[in-house]
Amino acid sequence: MFYLFRTFNMALKALTRNVMRTGLTTLGVIMGVAAVIAIREIGQGASQSMQETIASMGSNIILVLPGAANPQGASTGAGGVVSLTPDDAQALNDPDRCPSIVAVCPIVRVRLQVVYGNKNWQPNTTYGTTPDFLFVRNWNTLAEGIPFGDQDVASQAEVCLLGQTVVKQLFGPNDSPVNKEIRINNKPFKVLGVLSTKGANMLGSDQDDIVLAPWTTVKFKLAGQSAQVTQQSAATASSSGSSGYQANSLNQLYPNTDYASLYPAASASETADTPLPVRFVNVDQILVQARAADEIQSAIKEITDLLRERHHIRPGQGEDFQIRDMTELSNTASSQGNLMSLLLLVVAGIALLVGGVFVMAIMLVSVTERTREIGLRMAVGARPRDILMQFLVEAAMMCILGGIVGVILGRTSSVLVWFFLHWPVGVSIETIIVAVGISAAVGLIFGFYPAWKASRLDPIDALRYE
Amino acid sequence: MELIRLDDIRKTYHLGELDVPVLKGVSLSIARGEMVALMGQSGSGKSTLMNILGCLDRPTSGKYWLDGQEVSKLTADQRAVIRNKKIGFVFQSFNLLNRTSALDNVMMPLAYTASNLSGREARKRAEALLDRVGLGDRIHHHSSQLSGGQQQRVAIARSLINRPPLLFADEPTGNLDSRTSREILEMFQALAAEENITIVLVTHDAGVAGYAQRAIRIRDGLIEAGAFNDPGAVTSVGPIASDPVQMVAPH
Repeated sequence: MFYLFRTFNMALKALTRNVMRTGLTTLGVIMGVAAVIAIREIGQGASQSMQETIASMGSNIILVLPGAANPQGASTGAGGVVSLTPDDAQALNDPDRCPSIVAVCPIVRVRLQVVYGNKNWQPNTTYGTTPDFLFVRNWNTLAEGIPFGDQDVASQAEVCLLGQTVVKQLFGPNDSPVNKEIRINNKPFKVLGVLSTKGANMLGSDQDDIVLAPWTTVKFKLAGQSAQVTQQSAATASSSGSSGYQANSLNQLYPNTDYASLYPAASASETADTPLPVRFVNVDQILVQARAADEIQSAIKEITDLLRERHHIRPGQGEDFQIRDMTELSNTASSQGNLMSLLLLVVAGIALLVGGVFVMAIMLVSVTERTREIGLRMAVGARPRDILMQFLVEAAMMCILGGIVGVILGRTSSVLVWFFLHWPVGVSIETIIVAVGISAAVGLIFGFYPAWKASRLDPIDALRYE
Repeated sequence: MELIRLDDIRKTYHLGELDVPVLKGVSLSIARGEMVALMGQSGSGKSTLMNILGCLDRPTSGKYWLDGQEVSKLTADQRAVIRNKKIGFVFQSFNLLNRTSALDNVMMPLAYTASNLSGREARKRAEALLDRVGLGDRIHHHSSQLSGGQQQRVAIARSLINRPPLLFADEPTGNLDSRTSREILEMFQALAAEENITIVLVTHDAGVAGYAQRAIRIRDGLIEAGAFNDPGAVTSVGPIASDPVQMVAPH
């Protein structure tokens, strides 16, 4: 310990004896480390902003889609079966059964003409959904107006929210769409509010080209499926023993269903004799939000288990739904970022290597120049390994000092970039530690040969060296 | 009391196929506290003998007792320890570290000493030594700010920092004027007399050798005269001196 302290002290003295040369020698290491730090921090800022972009699409989102059917060997492809129901969505929203899920909203998709006055437009997406959609998609703040509520969903209210692009297409610049009446597929809808701007998503499609309405309205009044028929068959289905139907928000339409039946109750034998084909209400997708990014996997498991159970799928049998999670997207983005930083690190590594070679060259010159000093030190009792240690510590210390200066320089430049160019930068402690560590290693590796050479000197020759 | 004893020391250098014998059987002894001059022409084997005496080199054969220890077969590391503990060196060209204060120069050998002196103790000892050589007021001067004589005093203080019983001075006055030379040589005499330090002056200058109690003359790898301190024999040093200015009688 004491020995180390002495060696360090000695190295420090030797370095301060020629400050100019020490500074110039470490310049290579300083530049290398500064480049690593600056590149890493700016790169990290960039990937952070990328992550934020992905988060704006809604964070921790899982998409449940109907699966593919395979009638007579010809696959229909994804979405070929009509397998997801609003009841599935309701069931998924049960916090006891699915603790990893915070929000669920069913989605019904249509693509229809929207008309206001003498203008018309076909939005990219017209979604029938629940108010939770805004929460899941991180779209809580509206630009104008208010969102539709659960009551609107229950009552199939003809209300809607418009995206900015749709507003631009249908309304004049000074014309507020709120409380105006637009027509979708010739049905009048009242505009309750306007969504805030979200811009294009990662894949380039315009997220503002959207109309949102209660899913019941879209399903039964726009999508062409008659609510009557659905209700009837659903009621039949419920009377034939499906108790889960109580969860459906549609039931609030007929508050008295629990007390009075619309039809005379069928006897057990009647029900058994006339099994009606169940035509249930289907939805196109179910959007699920997991509690946190690391709970996405458990949420997927809960969804799978629950839907398999609800859809009566036996073990070993294929699922009639599929689950997609957006982490794939964010994983892709971050792996792109990782690849980029890896490349940059390679470049920075080469810079450090050059710095190391520089250190070696100067150390070799220094050993030659200090031959007499080495001879003297040996004469007064330094063993070869003491000399080796001294020069090694000198080189390492020089590189560590260079590393520290480089860190300061790199931090400064990334702060300057943040200040003047407003690029996001992120501090990366582990990069700083790694950079200083690597520069110490560079010092040890490239300092070894000169130090070894110094330690092999013969004291008699070294003392006589001119 | 005997500090150094050499018994039939031989040193042969191998230059390719050729064997060049430099020392051809040297035996001598030097007592503790004695000041001797090692004299000889260049090429006589004087430097080689000094290197062996100073534990910088190993003899090809023969025995060397230093302070009661046989050191002729020691490894490089062991010899480094001996040099550190028992031997001080003073060189013709001073060999001070540049851009380093006199104090740090004096403390330098302590970095290789196993005895763990605290920083304060080391400093105190170095300051006392600088005071001893008359540089108490210049401890923070760098070597470039000191005259030749002052640099050599710093070098002497440095050689004494580990309190060695033996001091080698290789042409210590070669780069100094005659007045400063006298001061330095008188200092060596004082050290031998007061501190009981054995001093070996390596020189070819009879004037310098005159300060020593005895001159060991070497020629062609053999001791010519003065190998043993025979109280009966009279050691002569004077007659071959060439420069009358440096002929200063020993005290």
